[in-house]
Amino acid sequence: MVCVLGAVALAGCGGEKTAKRELKVYNWGDYIDPEVLKDFEKETGIHVIYDTFATNEDMYVKVKSGGSDYDVAIPSDYMIKRMIRENLLEKIDMDKVPNYQGIGDKFKNLPFDPQNAYSVPYMWGTVGIIYNKKMVTDPVDSWNILWNPKYAKQIFMLDSPRDSIGITLKLLGYSLNTGDDAQLEQAKAKLIEQKPLVLAYVVDEVKDKMIAGEAAMAVVWSGDAMFMKEKNPDLAYVIPKEGTNYWFDSMVILKGAKHKAEAEEFINYMTRPDIAKRNVEYIGYASPIPEVVKSLDPEVQQDVAAYPADSLLKSSEIFDDLSDNLAKYDKVWTEVKVAQ
Amino acid sequence: MEFLKRSYAAVIFAFLYIPIFVLIVFSFNASKSRASWDGFTLRWYADLFDNSAILNALYYTLSIAVLAALLATIIGTLAAFAMYKDMRPWEKKIVMNLTYLPVLNPDIVTGISLMLLFIFMKINLGFLSLLLAHIIFNVPYVILTVLPKLRQFDNNLYEAALDLGASPAYAFRRIVFPEILPGIVTGALFAFTLSIDDFVISFFTTGSGINNLSILIYSMARRGIHPTINALSTLLFLAVLILLLAVNRRVVRDKK
Repeated sequence: MVCVLGAVALAGCGGEKTAKRELKVYNWGDYIDPEVLKDFEKETGIHVIYDTFATNEDMYVKVKSGGSDYDVAIPSDYMIKRMIRENLLEKIDMDKVPNYQGIGDKFKNLPFDPQNAYSVPYMWGTVGIIYNKKMVTDPVDSWNILWNPKYAKQIFMLDSPRDSIGITLKLLGYSLNTGDDAQLEQAKAKLIEQKPLVLAYVVDEVKDKMIAGEAAMAVVWSGDAMFMKEKNPDLAYVIPKEGTNYWFDSMVILKGAKHKAEAEEFINYMTRPDIAKRNVEYIGYASPIPEVVKSLDPEVQQDVAAYPADSLLKSSEIFDDLSDNLAKYDKVWTEVKVAQ
Repeated sequence: MEFLKRSYAAVIFAFLYIPIFVLIVFSFNASKSRASWDGFTLRWYADLFDNSAILNALYYTLSIAVLAALLATIIGTLAAFAMYKDMRPWEKKIVMNLTYLPVLNPDIVTGISLMLLFIFMKINLGFLSLLLAHIIFNVPYVILTVLPKLRQFDNNLYEAALDLGASPAYAFRRIVFPEILPGIVTGALFAFTLSIDDFVISFFTTGSGINNLSILIYSMARRGIHPTINALSTLLFLAVLILLLAVNRRVVRDKK
């Protein structure tokens, strides 16, 4: 058995298959309908090598160090801006991606890729408050409900510096991309003030906990909110009036990609309405393609968690690459987490 | 008193096993959420066998673990023996400190530095780099498990064998090796467990579609762990349980 395994090992590390068309994709975990990948391989004959990452930062380290040779990756907005700045992306030939025309106009030329030369949106969503209608008696329309002492120890906050500091900045009326020290100090003070009321700082555990009714409210991503509301009809999602963060995960082609043509074919395939719909139904997040949205259940189309009206997004922002200010946010978050 | 001892042990075991038990129960839950029970189903098990990504990851996890444990044990045992036999005290000290370094280093430091090393040496990140990385972080643990067993070993036996005409290799094979075998087996199992478990080092030293289960599962952090992982964990747990029962039954039978 050792010899067999050894032989396999040596074969695996050998040269590349030159006859077969290949494509290397780097995506979040559980972020594509597996059947879609199989169908892509069947339709185009391109063999897909698919890897997953847990966070944008992990992906960034692997790509920046030159250790990865992925063709397509699906990072988030602020990371795309950073990668463009650091020359880690190839321009996408949009002629090879005709399905790009199907993307809604409000999702084109986003701030992190103003000429829309490097990315094609895949999924998007918002950050908002999910609350249990039976446990919350006050109207929920502002971020300050998370600071209401009436709900002490009934509040879940996101264990994510940019999200938690970001919504606090929005509450205070500032930009969630600010680098202003005074504004960040205020946000820090506000978060420390909130600490006694917070039950826990969580990430994806929040879903099971809110479904089980362990708390009255939580800050969550819209995709998770969709899932939670389905499981527990007592839950409702709201985007506060101060505005929030709305986020995008977009497909990009990495610099030096060996299979650029196949990459563009893949991006085009993923943006095809019927394929995009299958991904939306599997993942449960929102699609930037109006044709797909119209084909969904009317209840979903009206759902604030899935497709909020433009008016709600008026004062919302996309995360910008913080670059040198990142250290400031890290410091603020560390000080919040250790505060008594 | 006996009751206290028994109940304390029971509490410890409960603490260890209740999470696994919950995992197994929820692998049959038709709902993806832990908070609601939507009915009994074997769907996740069926999905598991259809899911090539998970099966691939399982294959690589096991093959890397077996190969890395085997090779690390061989290298580690030979190293331990050399340290015990042939090194002067100051040489031994240096090597011991070098051995301790990877153990004390945080995984992420080891992972990123190995990744940079492989890139520098123009080794493609894939199965080979992953295997090398695993062997590298396993060897110190093997050395640290075999060395104490060697110290316990009565050197006079080895000297006596040499005196009686055995070559050093023969003496090692027939006298020393059987005595330190428990330490070697422990080292091998230790290495195997570390390899199966590892995420950070594996993540940074692999590529080209070679994933292990830890990478696959950690990547699901943002979206929540898919219940097919529960099904897989249940099956792995049962496999190990059956294996242990089979091995121990043989030992019990031998004792009789």
